[in-house]
Amino acid sequence: MKEFGYRRADDVSGAVALLAAEPEARYLGGGTNLVDLMKTGVERPALLVDVRELPLDRVETTPDGGLRIGATVTNSDLAAHPEVRRRYPALTQAVLAGASGQLRNMATVGGNLLQRTRCGYFTDVTRPCNKREPGSGCSAIEGEHHNHAVLGASDHCVAVHPSDMGVALTAFDAVVTYESADGPGELPLSDFYLPVGDTPHRETALPPGALITGVTLPPAPVAARSRYRKVRERASYAFAIGSVAAALDVRDGVVHEARLAFGAVASRPWRARAAERALTGAPADAAAFAAAADAELAAARPLPHNGYKVPLMRNLAVAVLTELAEETAR
Amino acid sequence: MTTATTGRTTRKGAVGTAHTRVEGRDKVTGAARYAGDIPFADLAHGWLVLSSVTRGRIRAIETGPVLDMPGVLTVLHHGNAPRVETDYVGMLGAPDPTAAVFQHDRVPHAGWPVALVVAETPEQAREAAEALVVHYDTEPHDTALDGDRPDARPADGHMPAVTEKGDLAAELAASAHVVDVEYRTPEEHHSMMEPHAATAYWDGGRLELVDSNQGTTWVQGELAKMFSLDESAVRVRSEHIGGGFGSKGLRVHQVSAVMAATMLQRPVRVVLARRQMFSLAGYRSPTVQRVRLGADADGRLRALEHRSLNQTSTVYQFVEPSAGVARVMYDAAAHRTANHVVPLDVPSPTWMRAPGEAPGSFALEAALDELAEKCGLDPIDLRLRNEPETGPVSGLPFSSRNLAACFREGARRFGWADRDPRPGVRREGRWLLGTGTAAASFGAGALPSTALVTAEPDGTFTVRIAAADIGTGARTAITLVAADALATTPDRVRVHIGDSDFGPAGIAGGSMGTRSWAWAVGAAAAELRERLALGTGIPPEGITVRSDTTEALASLAQKERHSFGAQFAEVAVDTTTGEIRVRRMLGIFAAGRIVNPLTARNQLVGGMIWGISMALHEEAVRDHTGGLYGADLAGYHVATNADVLRVEADWVDDPDPDDPVGIKGVGEIGIVGAAAAITNAVWHATGVRHRTLPIRPDRVLEAGGHA
Repeated sequence: MKEFGYRRADDVSGAVALLAAEPEARYLGGGTNLVDLMKTGVERPALLVDVRELPLDRVETTPDGGLRIGATVTNSDLAAHPEVRRRYPALTQAVLAGASGQLRNMATVGGNLLQRTRCGYFTDVTRPCNKREPGSGCSAIEGEHHNHAVLGASDHCVAVHPSDMGVALTAFDAVVTYESADGPGELPLSDFYLPVGDTPHRETALPPGALITGVTLPPAPVAARSRYRKVRERASYAFAIGSVAAALDVRDGVVHEARLAFGAVASRPWRARAAERALTGAPADAAAFAAAADAELAAARPLPHNGYKVPLMRNLAVAVLTELAEETAR
Repeated sequence: MTTATTGRTTRKGAVGTAHTRVEGRDKVTGAARYAGDIPFADLAHGWLVLSSVTRGRIRAIETGPVLDMPGVLTVLHHGNAPRVETDYVGMLGAPDPTAAVFQHDRVPHAGWPVALVVAETPEQAREAAEALVVHYDTEPHDTALDGDRPDARPADGHMPAVTEKGDLAAELAASAHVVDVEYRTPEEHHSMMEPHAATAYWDGGRLELVDSNQGTTWVQGELAKMFSLDESAVRVRSEHIGGGFGSKGLRVHQVSAVMAATMLQRPVRVVLARRQMFSLAGYRSPTVQRVRLGADADGRLRALEHRSLNQTSTVYQFVEPSAGVARVMYDAAAHRTANHVVPLDVPSPTWMRAPGEAPGSFALEAALDELAEKCGLDPIDLRLRNEPETGPVSGLPFSSRNLAACFREGARRFGWADRDPRPGVRREGRWLLGTGTAAASFGAGALPSTALVTAEPDGTFTVRIAAADIGTGARTAITLVAADALATTPDRVRVHIGDSDFGPAGIAGGSMGTRSWAWAVGAAAAELRERLALGTGIPPEGITVRSDTTEALASLAQKERHSFGAQFAEVAVDTTTGEIRVRRMLGIFAAGRIVNPLTARNQLVGGMIWGISMALHEEAVRDHTGGLYGADLAGYHVATNADVLRVEADWVDDPDPDDPVGIKGVGEIGIVGAAAAITNAVWHATGVRHRTLPIRPDRVLEAGGHA
């Protein structure tokens, strides 16, 4: 294991300055992903800048009725927050579907968005991986990929983003705020993750050295009726093989507004905009839900061993939307 | 509860009464030190370097830059390591040469140990090991196991490769119902909590090893032979062990630690990282099994064939004897069983959690369920109709066979009588529900052991035996057995285990530990009581009696000696997402006299949970490169608490008539049949037969459901 330095940042600008001074530095939040990657040699930082004690640990209501979530809010605190539970229930469900109680007590919102793929080739430094070592090749395309991407992947990388929380945040139009050497900035989550293309090692649009300071959720009345469902290969403590965050506003049997996002199908939490378009104005029934899912999944390009994800996502989307529609009808 | 009549009068004593672990407080407070925790002055740390190629030769190792790194003391490799002996027969046969590290330049599989970097700290050793550049000449590899391999060959392991009687083709042709199916199980890894860890040092002319293993005198004997030392010049201690499951015998960590300690003349510790364990700690081979059953219209078997194929490495032959199960379980006029192996460019497999019985019972008991469906019979009925009078292959009598009692008691408690046999007809929301059952058996044996029992002047007793408590509660079981044998209470008995200086003893393996050790302790205690009865008083050093069970075991009559069990499972399956939940399991076992109900239940339930893992989760994936994918506990799934809803184990009275205490053994039978019961329940829920484990969500989705 490579020796590394450790500094605890006193404030946001100090943290950003430390990173600007040391290109091989990384921010340390809960460490639930970074420290694992350091043990396996995937990450070899020279310096860890601990941002966990920064005053970014609050969840606040914004004047327009949205929520502002600090970057160091732990997953546990986020999931338990009364306003999150009331106004964005799918977000609470998504967070609680991830990891374990101990990990959620450590993990932070900012770190969650920046966690790395669990592709077994990415985490094994003896194997080629374009994400870890650009140009070395993708082992998964010819190798094991039954849990890899069916949407938005490329010939260079088929890894999926592991976050559950991010799927719900994507459905609710979250905006990431950050601080960089050039000052503060913000990025809608839909623009936060870069397309895979031929640069799978470039994962986000954050400026170099930027520190995520929080996530803002705009007001979304539709989100009050929302759900997250995750399918995985055991009942807990596993990453999704497919997940769905959905919100539905049905009026007189017709979909007035719908939000839909998929997890574990792409290099980022996948906002299902084609499905949302198909749903809006459609009857709130299983046939319309299936047609909407199909509209989204028409773009799917499965590999030889992950084709099951297409019917899985279709079935999951129909099931979750149906549950929400039935809830509305009650 | 069913009671078997044996004529034995059971004295009310410690045996049979629930007792918490005698070392439980030490373990939960952290006072118990495991092999990797024990401090040593001047300790150096070794880190293994594994091959990154699947097959080939080492062309060069660039040790120079690494030797200049901070703290690095030496780099061991085939060019400088001491030569060791591998042409010998140890307690369990010829050694797997994988453990004899750094003897040549060949790389027979991915993850083969090619060097050990030793440094002042573990971090320095690891950093240097990961920086070590090794050049290879690679050669094409062959790592694909399939059922049609022409190079597969019948192979004896700890049983004959092939047994056969009768005319299989004729009996199959004459059968009213025939099942002919192939089952597959994946590569599975022990994945015990505590990794392998050993510290080696020389104390005068004596080699000391502090280790985590399943038998100190076993490892002592292997190291003595490998390093050409007298056994008395090797001492192995293993106080606490965080799980073994068959993996903790002689392995590279001990041998490389001894080499380094010898070269450096200071204590050296080698600990395997979790990822390294997937290459170096053994595993259960994948199997391809074909089962052919032929039965009369009333379900009586006329023909039974069970063939199993497993892979082994090119350096060592290990047979996963899955076809052995039928030699115990069911008879037929034509009866053929055969275990085959094929050597591939893969690591050596080894014993793991009911070797043979676990995968073999999956195939055989799933095939019986398919036969029951064809015959229109209840699966329990079918099994009871095929209960053999004597060993189907051996013709020997059973010491006891209480399988029918297990089924009756299990069926009653599980509510089997109310079961609708039709598949795919029970729905609860998105879940399809089903139940399944399967039979279980596991050999009941004992290994020769010696024990020392001392009467102390203060009226207490000290027991010394080279037993291993791999988390099973063995130390506590020995305490209870000793207390009864000495006609005293457990609190007056101190038990010391895990030290080869106590003399030869059986290993914690093959479900034989408690029976082997209890026999020896009981024998010594009996003689000690006779000595004490003379009333001559106890000298300050106490009175010590040594026993040896070698002769007593050799004089046991030849019989079929096994534990039996009936497994029941209820599952819920969502065929639209592929999710399966095991809602409840019940296992009823006839497993000899139960020494400590608390820890025995713990072992049986643990075995059944292994079965949930085997059915639904565990699978090591070897890709086209011959290397493993996701070789860690994030990628290799075992059941979590959330996967284990209601698992109950209980037993019927079944004391072994030929064992002094009545013990058979509970170490492994809990997993046997468990995966089959779950698989059969999945069929009952969905109407689909899943013949490849684990039953992953993608497999369920792709298979669909009839309902």
